Amino acid sequence: MIEVAIFAIFAALALASALVVVLHRNPVYSTMSLVVTLISLAVLFVLLGAPFIAALQVLIYTGAIVVLFLFVVMLLNIGREEIGEQRGLVQKGAAVVGAGALLVIVGLSYMEGYGGAELAPLDEELVSLTGLAAELFGRYLLTFELVGLLLLVAVIAATVLAARERPAVPTVGRDLATAATLEPGEDGLVSERPDDEGDLAGSAGVAGGAG
Amino acid sequence: MVPIAWYLLLAALLFAIGTVGALTRRNGITIFLSIELMLNSVNLTLVSYSRLLDDRTGQLVVFFVLAVAAAEAAVGLALFIAVYRHRRTIDLDRVNLLRW
Repeated sequence: MIEVAIFAIFAALALASALVVVLHRNPVYSTMSLVVTLISLAVLFVLLGAPFIAALQVLIYTGAIVVLFLFVVMLLNIGREEIGEQRGLVQKGAAVVGAGALLVIVGLSYMEGYGGAELAPLDEELVSLTGLAAELFGRYLLTFELVGLLLLVAVIAATVLAARERPAVPTVGRDLATAATLEPGEDGLVSERPDDEGDLAGSAGVAGGAG
Repeated sequence: MVPIAWYLLLAALLFAIGTVGALTRRNGITIFLSIELMLNSVNLTLVSYSRLLDDRTGQLVVFFVLAVAAAEAAVGLALFIAVYRHRRTIDLDRVNLLRW
């Protein structure tokens, strides 16, 4: 009985905060209500006999990923005014109808398949962390290592993508080009257009001098 | 004892909410948050099946989904920072360089 009560409370909380995530116009509020959704789901994971996954959910999702989101939202300073209008009514309607159809199909199939399924009492073996670890570092060891590699690649990619572009390091060729642009033309004026004839002559002269 | 179908239905509802969010919002961060929501509803489904079938594999898959979601969030947010630096916006309707 108490299990049903806990399920009802946290399922309702998860649904309500998921709606806030999707509907709120301020990304900071969306991010914070995603935290509520994730923690409610962590409670449901405990009910389902997966306490380790629940701990991971809290540590990784709310502790790392959502903080990363919040960090980016605040770094880019996306306030209310940055948020565009929602899309047109047609697209919104189509999205709602599509998601509703998906929900009906999936829900009906669940009801058909598991509507009356009786759950066996929770098996100690399912909850045990030792068993999970044995399988993770046994049968799934290669996958585990690949995930480590994936995370490394992701970190490198994120660093490269988000790094500020450095001021271009002047190379020899670039120096020559700059000098050529500023070279006075035959009329004694600094040519403004690179395709100016005097500029071409000047750059040829510089190139010849360099050669 | 809560019937497993309730968990599955809750997961389906969360997935549907996430789908609507990903399709209707224009702010890149909110779309990304909706995708995280969809990932989590799938996690709930996996754990539910793990409970129903008394099989640990579902929990292990959730572990890998968490890791991939972390990688995805890092790269995606870095992309948003790069886009914002060039376009001064992350309104995805105005980031249309590749649209024909």
